[in-house]
Amino acid sequence: MVVITRKAEFSASHFLQNPDWSPERNKEVFGLEARPHGHNYVLEVSVAGEVDPVNGMILDLKELKQVINREVVDPWDHRFLNHEAPPFDTVNPTVENVAAEVWKRLESAIGAGGARLDKVRLYETSDLFCDYRGPG
Amino acid sequence: MHEIGKRYRFSASHRLHSDEFSEAENVRVFGKCANPYGHGHNYVVEVRVEGDPDPATGWVADRARLDRLVEEQIIQRLDRADMNCDIPEFGELVPTTENLSIVIGRWLQQSWAGAFPDGGPRLAGLRIEETPRNSFELTL
Repeated sequence: MVVITRKAEFSASHFLQNPDWSPERNKEVFGLEARPHGHNYVLEVSVAGEVDPVNGMILDLKELKQVINREVVDPWDHRFLNHEAPPFDTVNPTVENVAAEVWKRLESAIGAGGARLDKVRLYETSDLFCDYRGPG
Repeated sequence: MHEIGKRYRFSASHRLHSDEFSEAENVRVFGKCANPYGHGHNYVVEVRVEGDPDPATGWVADRARLDRLVEEQIIQRLDRADMNCDIPEFGELVPTTENLSIVIGRWLQQSWAGAFPDGGPRLAGLRIEETPRNSFELTL
């Protein structure tokens, strides 16, 4: 089995909040993250599979790029996640929750040709990332 | 299961040298890392934490608590420190970055329950960059 990783970037703004809490409590827990601000997100999508004996690939990287663009980059790049990118109108856009949403959007699209989604790594900044390998 | 990695920095000096070796052996084994007055690095330590996000915050681990723990347990001890002199663990243990990762892992494990008393996040490991070209990973 071989794992390949494709990288993508998108820039988006967000803030963190729990709508059931007061503004004071949100500020206390989330600190600066409670204020509207943005990040250059860096996404690494890893796909695992067997190498096809004829074409020497586990999947077509061009197609992977297209799927990532269609599912993640196009809808989120230069958007305000809380306001413009469901489910983040109701789901708090922490790096953990955004990584899980990336997984959800890519898993079915990639599972088609024998290859499977292995890992999503999302960097919110160069000093903070989340790895997600699916539920369970 | 989610795993987050958060990176922190400290600058410290060390000298690789073992009393078990003669001076010639120290030079042969450790090379310029055995030079008598030591030398320094800008270290990066990446702390890995795993768990399920808290439904109230969407976080695997509270960032402020993690930052405070790392500040108290790692940065205050190691930033602008001479490891061989200032860190009791390196009285006899050679401060290679392999050993440093084990020492830091122990500091974090010993203080983890105090920082996260409600359970939840688990310390999954850490990765230390001694220089941008050398890194050391410890799985816990």
